[in-house]
Amino acid sequence: MTITIPPKSNKESEGLQPKGFLRYFSFSLDHKVIGIQYLVCGFLFYLVGGALASAIRIELTSPISDFMPRDVYNQVLTLHGTIMIFLWIVPVVNGAFGNYLIPFYVGARDMAFPRLNAVAFWLIPPAGLMLISSYFINGAAQSGWTAYPPLSITTPAAGQIIWILSVLLLGGSSIFGGINFIATILKLRRPGLKLMQLPMYCWAMLGTSILVVLSTPVLAGTLILLSFDIVAHTGFFNPTLGGNVIVYQHLFWFYSHPAVYIMVLPAFGLVSEILPIHSRKPLFGYTTMVYSIMAIVFLGLIVWAHHMFTSGTPPWMRLFFTIATSFIAVPTGIKFFNWVATLWGGKISLNSAILFSCGFIVNFVLGGITGVALAQVPFDIHVHDTYFVVAHFHYIVYGGSVFVIFSSIYHWYPKFTGRMLNEKIGRIHFILTFVGFNLCFAPQHWLGMNGMPRRVAEYDPQFTFVNQLSSFGALLMALSTLPFLWNVIHSSFKGEIAGENPWQALTPEWLTSSPPPVENWLGEAPLVTDPYGYGKKQLQEQFNDLESEKQ
Amino acid sequence: MTTITPIDQSPKEQEVQHDLHADHRLFGLVAFLIADGMTFAGFFAAYLTFKAVNPLLPDAIYELELPLPTLNTILLLVSSATFHRAGQALNKSDSKSCQKWLLITASLGLAFLASQMVEYFTLPFGLTDNLYASTFYALTGFHGLHVTLGAFMILIVWWQSRQPGGRITSQNKFPLEAAELYWHFVDGIWVILFIILYLV
Amino acid sequence: MLKPSAIITLLVSISLAVGGVWIIYNINLLPEAASSNAPVYDELFRVLFVIGVILFVGMFAAVVYSLIEFRRRPGDQEDGLPVKENLPLEIFWTAVPAIVVLFVGLYSYDIYDRMGGMQPLDHQNHGYSVSSSEEKVWGGIGTSSNNSNMDLQMQSLPVEVTAMQFAFLFRYPKGDFISGELHVPVGQTISMRMESNDVIHAFWVPEFRIKQDVIPGQPTILNFTPTKPGRFPIICAELCGPYHGGMRSTVVVEEPEIYQDWFNKNSNTIVS
Repeated sequence: MTITIPPKSNKESEGLQPKGFLRYFSFSLDHKVIGIQYLVCGFLFYLVGGALASAIRIELTSPISDFMPRDVYNQVLTLHGTIMIFLWIVPVVNGAFGNYLIPFYVGARDMAFPRLNAVAFWLIPPAGLMLISSYFINGAAQSGWTAYPPLSITTPAAGQIIWILSVLLLGGSSIFGGINFIATILKLRRPGLKLMQLPMYCWAMLGTSILVVLSTPVLAGTLILLSFDIVAHTGFFNPTLGGNVIVYQHLFWFYSHPAVYIMVLPAFGLVSEILPIHSRKPLFGYTTMVYSIMAIVFLGLIVWAHHMFTSGTPPWMRLFFTIATSFIAVPTGIKFFNWVATLWGGKISLNSAILFSCGFIVNFVLGGITGVALAQVPFDIHVHDTYFVVAHFHYIVYGGSVFVIFSSIYHWYPKFTGRMLNEKIGRIHFILTFVGFNLCFAPQHWLGMNGMPRRVAEYDPQFTFVNQLSSFGALLMALSTLPFLWNVIHSSFKGEIAGENPWQALTPEWLTSSPPPVENWLGEAPLVTDPYGYGKKQLQEQFNDLESEKQ
Repeated sequence: MTTITPIDQSPKEQEVQHDLHADHRLFGLVAFLIADGMTFAGFFAAYLTFKAVNPLLPDAIYELELPLPTLNTILLLVSSATFHRAGQALNKSDSKSCQKWLLITASLGLAFLASQMVEYFTLPFGLTDNLYASTFYALTGFHGLHVTLGAFMILIVWWQSRQPGGRITSQNKFPLEAAELYWHFVDGIWVILFIILYLV
Repeated sequence: MLKPSAIITLLVSISLAVGGVWIIYNINLLPEAASSNAPVYDELFRVLFVIGVILFVGMFAAVVYSLIEFRRRPGDQEDGLPVKENLPLEIFWTAVPAIVVLFVGLYSYDIYDRMGGMQPLDHQNHGYSVSSSEEKVWGGIGTSSNNSNMDLQMQSLPVEVTAMQFAFLFRYPKGDFISGELHVPVGQTISMRMESNDVIHAFWVPEFRIKQDVIPGQPTILNFTPTKPGRFPIICAELCGPYHGGMRSTVVVEEPEIYQDWFNKNSNTIVS
């Protein structure tokens, strides 16, 4: 059934929609505006989360709890985790780049449900502000971003309830976004465009959205039960009333392990777009990449209990989850080998985008290796809930996803604004971030193995020096934000004019003006059947040479 | 660049592609219902685990009275059938009959809610009595919320279809189709819930 | 030649960071090994570490080499080679990680078994005052299969651990007394039954390489055999409230005679 819907629903209210800068503060239905809204909003929350991280690292420069009260410290680490996951990485790798790029990639003029899309975005700012304001009302949640009961039931209720409400709103936003992406990728493809011709980011977003739709509702249900425990004094997870705390952990990790893939799969997709363009080579192993994404989606849903090896889980369960988790390394490994093969033999422009992408590969390989180690029950038993785990997942989400976000900003900034970013400052940003990041988190592996648990405000004095080293790395990371901010703001006014396609890319978002018109393309949507068709000319020349030799 | 080929379509078809865009709202609804189903799946999993693992206190109630829930099941199953009839009537552009069947469906849904209320008030346990009681109310309550929402949706669809030159015609069936799909989903969940909660 | 200032800076910074990690790892990789579990654990760690280093250095070298060798020279406007796939290569790098992962999984299973993780947690053999015979015990590590000596297992020393915000209490059922420090004789298998009074805590002794959550409402079991005398920290490893970082205790591993003296001094029952 086809019915008449204008391709761009905001046409109908064109007179009402603000123009220019103001449209970023409006209920705009343009997927490009929504994408930028996600990105900027996410970055503002990243600054808040980063400030909280700095507070944690300042506290940990000395082995005693002296910088802030102990309960405030727990609030700070809870807010840091929640903000970074739900308000920065998930909205940006999914919402920002997904909304901006997916309609281009499928050859559409907007997402499948523009209105739902705007609703999904506008759930985020109030949820985030509510979460942060809980600190000023009666103290924020203190039970970590995992909110394990009974701790989350016994700590002050107001902060915990606000935390639950805002996570529910953010989860709803995520689900709406996921539904939109699935519909856009599967249903809105331009006639003539086949699934296996889509850029890799579409596959990554399809896989991610499947995970979002299948796992986020379980978290929502769990948090509703938890809020009943807090408000109505039911006993689902309260052992004094006959409840079971382990059931919460199972349900929580059924979402929160896939959440890791919700944060890194889109990053995988973005890197798969950036590497071929800047190394002038086709993406290596497209087909295996697609299958490995789907394998990760499937395996990602059945490995959650590896977060619970030291909780009460029966031995057979530990064994199953060890094997399943270890096997995620296989599809992930395929992707990394494919990326290196994409670089291999290319003509790589060493710009900030590719530096951040390669930084991502290096960091993520280390995070992946410690991840496989953590999947082994006997190994995990010693380092579970220690700084080793903190180091591991920061290598995944910061060294992985955040590096890719920066890489993507350097890559797509010309498309967003029509101006180039300053390369020199970009490199300074990269070096500061890369060195600071590794200095901050690499030593934490050692801390964890030698007896420093996570989420503590005080520790054994023998760890003082290594903690100070780590804090120094955190300082460098904090400083690295300054050149980036200056670059982004300054370049938007004074940057070199980018032109339509500064990277000579073949993907459809580059085949239009920068920034693109409201309808994405002035004419028809281009049919790009081979988004990675680099090097065709070389092949043709080699063929010609061969022909002429024969003659 | 050889990879970019201009679209090989007649101007008329291009025009079609520009201004028409197939209705994917039902597809979106299906995706949403899958998500909603996962919420229930989480609740079911929690309930079954609680039942398997946590020993109940001796005074906790295991056996539930069956007649009322069985009546509820019949009410919902019949309402699914009547909603189907409403859809068929709309296909035949028989809006009078469509409205009649919609009204019957809505009253069956409201009857279900009323009967559920009767059950709540006659049950010998309250929300916070024990783990089993809490889970029972959480599951049935969350489902009841869905039924309430569904009954409202049906009444809105019925109201809209009554308007002269109304918004719901055989040309624009989406509101009715969406409500129908949702209603069948809620019924399906009830059947699973009935089996798990009352029969097993 | 291109002035690869960026590459050099990148390389230097990377090698500095990696070198830093390397040094940190080499000064002290793991704490002292003070239980029968620890040497087994350290064996697994070494294997994982070697595999990890080979993989990481290999990938790292490949990325850095590509960046240097295949960088765009000034004036070069060409594309790279349009190599899209290579089936044998792809099969190779699917199969090898799969085999490595399978090996690691089976090997760590073996390690876990040697630690006693796969032993049935039959806590009733250990002389606890069990409140109900139907009580479910969740998870933990059973008696190590390293100790094939059944007599030794039967003689394992039972200790009942109670965790609360923010302390551990150790009750010795044989002497019917409670201690704030865990005293154990060296070489003796300790069998702990742990339960929490309020929120989830975790019992962790880094030198023993063991950790187990202490859960309210669900007792957990942890067995270990200390092999070295000394004082080792007991650390709570699960966020349990504001003073979580301060929730520590000490396990004192003593020669059997010294332990017996301590036990007799504290015991409330007459040891026959």
